[in-house]
Amino acid sequence: MKKTKVIVGLGSCGIAAGANKTYEKIRQLKEFENLDFELKKTSCIGMCFREPLVEIIDETGSYIYGNVDEERVVEVLEKHVVNHEPIKELVVKTDLFETKDHSFFDGQVKIALRHCGYIDPESIEEYEAQQGYEAIKKIADEEIKPDAVINMILESGLRGRGGGGFPTGMKWRFAKNSVSKEKYIICNADEGDPGAFMDRSLLEGDPHAVLEGMLIGAYAIGATGGIIYCRAEYPLAIKRLNIAIEQARDQGYLGDHIMGIEGFCFDIYVKEGAGAFVCGEETALIASVEGERGMPRKRPPFPAVSGLWKKPTNINNVETWANIPWIINNGPKAYSKYGTAKSKGTKVFALAGKINNSGLVEVPMGITIRDIIFKLGGGIPDGKKFKAVQLGGPSGGCIPEYLADTIVDYDSVNATGAIMGSGGMVVLDEDTCMVDLAKFFLNFTQNESCGKCTFCRIGTMRMLEILERITEGKGKESDIETLEELAYQIKDNSLCGLGQTAPNPVLTTLKYFRDEYTAHIVEKKCPAKVCKNLLTYTIVEDKCTGCTVCAKNCPVNAITGERKQPHVIDQDLCIKCGDCYSRCKFDAITIS
Amino acid sequence: MRIARLKVQTEKTLQDAVDLSLIDDLIKKYNGKKGNMIPLLQGTQAMYGYIPTLAFEKLAKETGLELSDMYGVATFYAQFRLAPVGKHVIKVCHGTACHVQNASKITESIQEALKVEDGGTTEDRMFTLESVACLGCCSLAPVMAINENTYGNLTGAEAVKIVKNIRISEKTQ
Repeated sequence: MKKTKVIVGLGSCGIAAGANKTYEKIRQLKEFENLDFELKKTSCIGMCFREPLVEIIDETGSYIYGNVDEERVVEVLEKHVVNHEPIKELVVKTDLFETKDHSFFDGQVKIALRHCGYIDPESIEEYEAQQGYEAIKKIADEEIKPDAVINMILESGLRGRGGGGFPTGMKWRFAKNSVSKEKYIICNADEGDPGAFMDRSLLEGDPHAVLEGMLIGAYAIGATGGIIYCRAEYPLAIKRLNIAIEQARDQGYLGDHIMGIEGFCFDIYVKEGAGAFVCGEETALIASVEGERGMPRKRPPFPAVSGLWKKPTNINNVETWANIPWIINNGPKAYSKYGTAKSKGTKVFALAGKINNSGLVEVPMGITIRDIIFKLGGGIPDGKKFKAVQLGGPSGGCIPEYLADTIVDYDSVNATGAIMGSGGMVVLDEDTCMVDLAKFFLNFTQNESCGKCTFCRIGTMRMLEILERITEGKGKESDIETLEELAYQIKDNSLCGLGQTAPNPVLTTLKYFRDEYTAHIVEKKCPAKVCKNLLTYTIVEDKCTGCTVCAKNCPVNAITGERKQPHVIDQDLCIKCGDCYSRCKFDAITIS
Repeated sequence: MRIARLKVQTEKTLQDAVDLSLIDDLIKKYNGKKGNMIPLLQGTQAMYGYIPTLAFEKLAKETGLELSDMYGVATFYAQFRLAPVGKHVIKVCHGTACHVQNASKITESIQEALKVEDGGTTEDRMFTLESVACLGCCSLAPVMAINENTYGNLTGAEAVKIVKNIRISEKTQ
């Protein structure tokens, strides 16, 4: 009989939800009660809304339990591991019966995330057991030439998953065609988009897949050195990458004459980013690796000709690299069978915001946004109305509800004015103010503008000032026009992607939610009741029971009234913090 | 949101006594290597929690890097600090997902509880409050991180409770 396995998901999100405590509790129980099972670690399976997750594999199959906090550990271990009785209502995923969360997995196709949540990311043996490093072996054994590898990637139709959507094979070809003794490849893991976390999850969950992808890329273009440029905000990802690199060196996957291929010498090291959004841009990233201020430069020359240390350099994003070994192992046709005419394969999306099932999903290109949100994502919490979805972070835009049947591929998403971006999908409901959201993104890009181009540096500042004015109820009728004019100027006159896309959040919200702008400017109202300066809190006399809870908690003592008598809010003192509104049990406070 | 930058160094920071020998090994490791400026600054900050003026000068003297270049880099990236921070750094996430789940409420609550500005440090140098872009735990929004620990699905009151518990455990130690 095979030994029962208990596997705890220890990704950053799981740990934030208390998975370390769960793991520790299981370890203690195993030790003190002398339980007979194998305790293992894995990373995030994508189901962040059910963290902490614990998988139990026994002779009948695999069961993933959700929300296993410290207190629930005893129950789960006792019933399932000791008495062999699975607790069906707590299981979130199994092949043996239908769980209440099955819709989250139906429709997903896992290629990039194929190992995430299944293997121990700190064990090279577990990766090797899942076809790991077999793609590079295949290349060595079958003596597949670099050009043939590039052709396979071209044929698969894989496009850059960092947001640009440039065909990966073509990028490799450019770098291959540049003649130089030294060439570099870089893995862009500077995931700066607020709202996107798929790269973090991939690096934490399957670092070897990224390394193997880079190894194949290095072979194809003839690179001599590899760098993973990773955000310093992702300490766990950096730790696991370094472990993986050490293991790969020990096993001879990195070093000299790899896999016996004569002259194929390649090594990888991790470079910690220092926190600048603009470093996601290729030339800025290169400047940062060189130790300079991360400021973009003019292209051409493109990095494929003159990049890091003026040598030909090929940069791809984490998710792109993770797809490569799968494509080599399974053939380009297996990959291109998914997707649409121009966007092949699968894409990972990070679902967050006002959505029931937040987490990571990998879906074939061509699925509709509505299906992702309502079938996989389980819809909007608390019966609220779905308003829009924000795609592509600060460079992207908002797609309104009525366009939710847009399919996800690069061209269809671009047609709405948003961009695919790296795959952050933040869902917004009726309580989100679109003007406030546009202001939020502009505040972000304005802060992150490197300052090189005048239009980006000053233009975004002016736009932000206008948006601030509008949300404070001081908007002028000419403001919308000025915003649009500035937006197009910034787009036309900025050197890099940051400036060229910075106005997108404003332009798309103006396009689809213009009435909200006019409500702020003309009627001085915030329809979503978010912009503080446009709100008034009042107490409904009939509903107020005089319980004094609001008055006691008001931070500025703006609420007065006798006990058991209706209270009143002094509008001059009120700072509109909303504390009374959230505390009132009798719905006696209204916002207008 | 980039971390609100701390004001240019004050007299007090200049006089902060720092043990400069702590970065000797670091300098030995990176001296002469190309692209070493950011790792040197990161290493220095890891040692002191910020980059002291005296350390800048020592780095310039021993590695030949220009002071002006180092200052340029240190002020460009959000990660670098030019003034000391509290023992515990509270990073409140203001990414998109956290923003729509009312992250500003978390910052405001902590500001009020600790009587500290965003980007500022408490008088006892116990806490520094920062706003950061995205911690990558969007599904648990709103989120904050204190040192290496991340806390999710917060409300203002819960965030304050976590901070207060840290203060209590500091006092009992």
